[in-house]
Amino acid sequence: MNSPDHAAQVVGVHAGDSAPATAAGTTSFQGTGMAATAQGYNFAYLDEQTKRMIRRAILKAVAIPGYQVPFGSREMPLPYGWGTGGIQVTAAIIGPNDVLKVIDQGSDDTTNAVNIRRFFAATTGVATTERTTQASIIQTRHRIPETPLAEGQVLVYQVPIPEPLRWLEPSETETRRMHALEEYGLMHVKLYEDIAHYGHIATTYDYPVRVNGRYLMRPSPIPKFDNPKMDMNPALQLFGAGREKRIYAVPPYTRVESLDFEDHPFEIQTWDECCEFCGSKGSFLDEIVIDDAGGRMFVCSDSDYCSQRRAGQANGGDAVAAQQSQQSQQSPNVTGVPGVPGVSDRPPAQPAETASS
Amino acid sequence: MATASASAPEFSSTHGPLLRVNAVTRLYGERTGCRNVSFDLHQGEVLAIAGESGSGKTTLLNCIAGRSRPTAGTVEYNLRHEGLRDIYRLSEARLRLLARTDWGFVHQNPRDGLRIDVSAGANVGERLMAIGDRHYGRIRDTTGDWMRRVELDTSRIDDAPATFSGGMQQRLQIARNLVTHPRLMFMDEPTASLDVSVQARLLDLLRGLASELGLAAIVVTHDLAVARLLAHRLLIMKSGEVVESGLTDQVLDDPQHPYTQLLVSSVLQA
Repeated sequence: MNSPDHAAQVVGVHAGDSAPATAAGTTSFQGTGMAATAQGYNFAYLDEQTKRMIRRAILKAVAIPGYQVPFGSREMPLPYGWGTGGIQVTAAIIGPNDVLKVIDQGSDDTTNAVNIRRFFAATTGVATTERTTQASIIQTRHRIPETPLAEGQVLVYQVPIPEPLRWLEPSETETRRMHALEEYGLMHVKLYEDIAHYGHIATTYDYPVRVNGRYLMRPSPIPKFDNPKMDMNPALQLFGAGREKRIYAVPPYTRVESLDFEDHPFEIQTWDECCEFCGSKGSFLDEIVIDDAGGRMFVCSDSDYCSQRRAGQANGGDAVAAQQSQQSQQSPNVTGVPGVPGVSDRPPAQPAETASS
Repeated sequence: MATASASAPEFSSTHGPLLRVNAVTRLYGERTGCRNVSFDLHQGEVLAIAGESGSGKTTLLNCIAGRSRPTAGTVEYNLRHEGLRDIYRLSEARLRLLARTDWGFVHQNPRDGLRIDVSAGANVGERLMAIGDRHYGRIRDTTGDWMRRVELDTSRIDDAPATFSGGMQQRLQIARNLVTHPRLMFMDEPTASLDVSVQARLLDLLRGLASELGLAAIVVTHDLAVARLLAHRLLIMKSGEVVESGLTDQVLDDPQHPYTQLLVSSVLQA
């Protein structure tokens, strides 16, 4: 997002003719990417008019936090439900100097993440990374990174269903009117139902929030564990729903409150276990079945966070690392797995697969 | 048509009528829904609108209840702090707020007025949550209380209304409307879909609640027995126009207009 002018430069290059980029492009754009990329495709796949249209929608979305802005969603070279909304948002804001990270359920190396990262590497030639701190744009499905985001970073969410009132009120005209008139009592009806039937608020993901004290918003199917991270976050948060053709946003340092009742306050998930690999007690853990005998282990869902912690422990060589390696040896199936995150893309705690984007 | 003097004096508030309908006309293109209807309604007064099918009763009710803008004429409602105001000049937000706090609307088919797949408790509590109550325990207590008052078994508070009988659904719909202590209820054939014994109980309940809560109500019905039981005053409509109005007993015992005479004589004597 650091680059409206860079993007404009690139436009110039490509609008001109099919000749390779000349002086206009920056080094990273002319580097490794270019040769493999631009063959017949515009920078970041979408044509410039489409990107402008999407940027206009994004600007409006940022100006009205939490408001769903309609936009002319395009066909993308992957199916709806795989992140077409997020990809279009990323394509509209990415510039040649950006560094892209893509995660799916917190992991950098699941199918969705790998393919979207490769898609942008191929169509833009930008640098990609798995390090949260190094990325300028992070496209995500179902998680917010554990590592706190910083000013200047952009978090792009893939959204399957943008309308928080959808399962309660089927009519789109009616839900729009409810947003306009701030009639949000119905959302509490759902939470009421949870408590009446389960004794507590059983909604665990896609937990409804109120943005800046005004618009009710669906945070996409992130676990409610991540909801507090959205509040007053220094990064810009953009949400794209491709099939539903909506974009919405939470600007930096904006209030995001999770709905609740006074006598049933909002709570995030907690675990009795800690991460099998890095020993973290404060991150979102995936429960993984590791054998047919009921063996399970808990690992961080955020693969970058987990590997950074382990790297730190290895360098430090402290007692924690020793203890952790001891733990690993107790379950022989685990020690043999070099890439932890590879196994962490099936979180049982996330029953969102069917509706996922 | 009917004048304010027709209502019982103990019901009239110091600020005049609760509702003033002034020459309301609703046309559907060439056709007439209702034409030139005027009346006042006072606090605690129950008005029945009777007439044959297609006579414009429901059209009139929708006009008065803010659901269908009249082609001509005004509907003024006595807002709590502002006195009589034309409801169609209020902002949409205020009109909707009014409709879900100070008014109630009971549909003929309870499925139109209920959320059929959320629990009975949530149905009753919805209005409370809509006006900002955020305390689960309190909402639940109030809900249980209202279910008792409409003679519903509170052990079914977490059951979906889809599993309720027709009469229970209708009572649930009434509880759902009363929970915010409205001053005015609109009822569109509230008992038409119920069998006779259930009708009688529901009417009894409605009559009790209306007098206990000092509720004003406009009841649309084609059943003169319902009007006789519930209403203080009666309007008889035919072809979109009010042909006769007055105290219920007076109209039914001594009908003046030929159509009213026909209507009254066609009812089987109970």
